[in-house]
Amino acid sequence: MIRIERAGPSTLVEDLGRPGLAHLGVSPSGAADRVALRLANRLVGNDEGAATLEVTLGGLMLSTDQLLWCAVTGPLTELIVTGSDGSTRRGTAPQSLVLQPGQTLRLAMPTTGLRNYLAVRGGLLVEPTLDSCSTDLLSGLGPDVVRAGDCFVLGEPVGELPDVASVPAIEPVRELWLTPGPRRDWLTEQSWRSLITQPWQVSPDSNRIGIRLLGPRLERREGLVGVELASEGLLAGAVQLPPSGQPLIFGPDHPITGGYPVIAVLTTDCGPAAGQLRAGDTIRLRERG
Amino acid sequence: MARRLLPYGERAMLVECADLAEMRALHSWLKAWFDRTDEAGRDGRPSPIAEVIPGARTLLLRLRTPLDPGFVRTMIETELPATGPGASTMINIPVRYDGDDLPEVATLLGCTTDEVIDGHTRQTWTVAFCGFAPGFAYLAPEDAGTEDVLRVPRRAAPRTKVPAGSVGLADRWSGIYPRTAPGGWQLIGRTPRQVWDLQQQPPALLQPGMRVRFEVAR
Repeated sequence: MIRIERAGPSTLVEDLGRPGLAHLGVSPSGAADRVALRLANRLVGNDEGAATLEVTLGGLMLSTDQLLWCAVTGPLTELIVTGSDGSTRRGTAPQSLVLQPGQTLRLAMPTTGLRNYLAVRGGLLVEPTLDSCSTDLLSGLGPDVVRAGDCFVLGEPVGELPDVASVPAIEPVRELWLTPGPRRDWLTEQSWRSLITQPWQVSPDSNRIGIRLLGPRLERREGLVGVELASEGLLAGAVQLPPSGQPLIFGPDHPITGGYPVIAVLTTDCGPAAGQLRAGDTIRLRERG
Repeated sequence: MARRLLPYGERAMLVECADLAEMRALHSWLKAWFDRTDEAGRDGRPSPIAEVIPGARTLLLRLRTPLDPGFVRTMIETELPATGPGASTMINIPVRYDGDDLPEVATLLGCTTDEVIDGHTRQTWTVAFCGFAPGFAYLAPEDAGTEDVLRVPRRAAPRTKVPAGSVGLADRWSGIYPRTAPGGWQLIGRTPRQVWDLQQQPPALLQPGMRVRFEVAR
């Protein structure tokens, strides 16, 4: 069993989510950086979709009463293991590591990036909701936010361990690639050029539902100002233009439908990269032809 | 207006229809197509379409594999039979018509509150699509000709807390709040029926294609 000693600013249980439930009005949810989650699970020989801890801005501290094989992925992050005798050793995520019974593991705050994924061999045993252990912050489905004092039991290992114990860290995200969306033509040409040439700053008003970008105000074409768009489906990675004129990139806990135009969609690779953007980061958006 | 295919990233596409009725007809056509193809023997291979997400007049197709261009052409061009009410499940929703916005709605529509209630209960509604929250269904009048009978704008100032079970109106839609949430719809009543219950299978009472009738709760 592992015990959460400190939860950090925000730690959630996440797996690969519950896709395919739009007909129930349920968001796919799951890890905001699915690539880092899958990697963490592979490092400990789990099913890629096993339940892990999604740790936002570090700070997590946990203790174990059993021999623990685990892995932490995501951006470069200092890992501090403390023994019951007070001795410490340090490592750097992304890597897998072993904790002896009675040891604690603490994650520092990543210097760049946002989310680390902590996988334990066997996965976390968490009661699923609609076939997933993911916490969905929009709908409230899934487990509660992880708090100090929470204990987790581990599942049974299912797969073989890989031949590696560490992987290269991901680069800080400086740009996101996108393709024109279904309502690209709702923007003026000038606003489209702004979208793909001007720098954008990640707003503190960003979360698993969506990332708000601050920059030049984007404008609709003259004939479409004040026109209501009938609600249409949304996907993670969709870039929407709300009335504020500041683009919003939807994340895993996105609503199923929306009434504001989707002007662009992130490329497949950039969805997980967007899950590492931190408030204050400056990025550029680039159009993929 | 012809149907249009619009881009939606590397692994999805959006089909835009003329209106809600054409969207529902195309959705039925797609379901029938893939059921037929299953029988014809896709040998248990999964469908190229992972999920279809309906909107008011669109279908968002999340793809597992690129679609055959011939199939896409057919999907856009084929003449669709009008979908009748068919044998879809009918759900009855009892409502206590004492919503805070009922008098305002009556004023906006230039009628009495009794006439609003009568307009709501007299017609059959269909679930066009789901969104906003788990279990939330956008209901449209089955007879598109009556769309304007209860058409009212959203409230200028949304409420921070709309109680679960609240029955509301906005534009041409009616809906039931599955749980307490912020909301801007005009509230005309409340129902004790749970539209979202994780203990039920499926947990959502209302799903696209179902038919709904409201009745005055005794």
